[in-house]
Amino acid sequence: MIRLENITKTFKVKGNEITAVKDVSLHIKKGEIFGIIGFSGAGKSTLVRCMNLLELPTAGSVFFDGHDLVKAGSKELRDYRKKIGMIFQQFNLLEQRTVIANVCYPLELIGLRKKEAVSRARELLRIVDLSDKELSYPSQLSGGQKQRVAIARALATNPEVLLCDEATSALDPLTTRGVLSLIEKINKELGVTIVVITHEMKVVEQICSRVAVMNKGVVEETGTVKDIFLNPKSDTGRKLVLSGDDKSVPQSDKETIRIVFDGISSYEPVFANLILETGVKLNIMGANTEDIGGSAYGQILIERPDEASTELIRKYLNKAGVGFEELPALGKK
Amino acid sequence: MNEQIIGLIWQGIAETFYMVTVSTVFAYLIGIPLGVILNITGTNGIRPARALNLAVGFIINVIRSVPFLILLVAILPFTRLIAGTTIGSTATIVPLVVAAAPFVARMVESSLKEVDAGVIEAAKAMGSSDWQIIWKVLLAEARPSLAVGGVIAFTTILGYSAMAGFVGGGGLGAIAVNYGYYRYKTDVMLITVAVLVIIVQVFQEAGIYIVNRLDKRINKS
Ligand SMILES: Nc1ncnc2c1ncn2[C@@H]1O[C@H](COP(=O)(O)OP(=O)(O)O)[C@@H](O)[C@H]1O
Ligand SMILES: [Mg+2]
Repeated sequence: MIRLENITKTFKVKGNEITAVKDVSLHIKKGEIFGIIGFSGAGKSTLVRCMNLLELPTAGSVFFDGHDLVKAGSKELRDYRKKIGMIFQQFNLLEQRTVIANVCYPLELIGLRKKEAVSRARELLRIVDLSDKELSYPSQLSGGQKQRVAIARALATNPEVLLCDEATSALDPLTTRGVLSLIEKINKELGVTIVVITHEMKVVEQICSRVAVMNKGVVEETGTVKDIFLNPKSDTGRKLVLSGDDKSVPQSDKETIRIVFDGISSYEPVFANLILETGVKLNIMGANTEDIGGSAYGQILIERPDEASTELIRKYLNKAGVGFEELPALGKK
Repeated sequence: MNEQIIGLIWQGIAETFYMVTVSTVFAYLIGIPLGVILNITGTNGIRPARALNLAVGFIINVIRSVPFLILLVAILPFTRLIAGTTIGSTATIVPLVVAAAPFVARMVESSLKEVDAGVIEAAKAMGSSDWQIIWKVLLAEARPSLAVGGVIAFTTILGYSAMAGFVGGGGLGAIAVNYGYYRYKTDVMLITVAVLVIIVQVFQEAGIYIVNRLDKRINKS
């Protein structure tokens, strides 16, 4: 669907050159929800902006359905952009237009008659569950509602791809979950391919099938969410998985074991049984688990006990089919 | 105060409105395109073009730095060419437009600058052409701010038009000068000045009231 080949983007700022994206190649397949995760400044936004040529790559090619967008003429490019929807962290709605007029905007661009545009816009507002806000102005909506309008607007021209740049980063956790479910529904029911840019592991966990980990303009690893969650190979991947945020990486000078929950039933008391069956007194160093639709996601970091006890833990976790990895003390690494 | 003077003042009011309204309209017909050019050719505009931006900016700055009365005298030949005369309210429209258009262009430029870059980016991502961005995003989203500019432009041009009374312009300014200054009829002068003050006050207040009703960013749910 979207194929990036050796994309590099360099900005010139007052004589300095900043390379925001370095030689990135990615293939986003039709129908998938692809995540791009990394800390702030990693180059994620620049990369996604290259996908619809809001940013012209310094080098490399962007293929959309096999067509090289970099070589497209300006009219041709505008037509391709109508097939690539985009939503943003700050929603970017037209403040002087009502909700329905916002959704009509892209329909005006393709020259749809007013009556048809309005009925199409109504249909979209039903999909995002905002039919009752048709005549409100953006300033009268909550963040989650604004993002829903933005989604309806982005879908108006039946795009094949939806690019989401930190679409939930300005929303509270509950609203985030609602918007992510909506994005998932759009993927499943309308078959729209989705690219999700985020700095939060839990966003990727909730909806992505595959994910690329970005750092300093480079894609450090790509894989299924499960692979990266269970066994991150890059430093950035590990940091993101451990904490989801740069600041709160557990600072432990002890050896630890990281137990990973990747969708096992949250009704099974795995952790309690671990203690009961092994009889080891465990010291929890940190944990973040979440229940998503009856499945447990997340991880628990425990201090690694002596070798004999650790062996008991290994046996139990293997038997229970729960992923884990043993980590060296951070200070000694 | 006799009826003749009251009639004169009414006529002055009508002339002033005629001059100022027509001048404001023409100043915007010239100022909006110039303001759009300044905005879109700027570094962060949708069509950066440094040379054009600097050239237009320079011409505007030159005209704006000339004091109005000097400008008015300096362009008398041009005024005669356009209006066929240099005296009266119709002739005064020419220098008013020349003086106000650059000022309007700068106000339009600054109104358009307030439009959020993210919104312009979203419009681009949806496949808008440059024209569509100018009409449907820049000018449409800046509407309330442009309207504030319109109120300011109208009252500023009103002030200029009164000054033009010194050199043969029509309207209330001419009455104030002819009666008050040359014939020492201080009462007539004071009345015309009072009328000018009232007009500015009414337009300013009414204009801002309307603008506030126009701006959808203000939450009035
Ligand atoms: N228009 C620009 N001009 C100059 N530098 C930029 C521009 N856009 C992004 N950058 C720089 O590129 C790097 C990556 O930015 P960005 O793609 O926004 O990262 P992310 O979205 O991952 O936070 C940063 O160092 C940023 O300062
Ligand atoms: Mg970003």
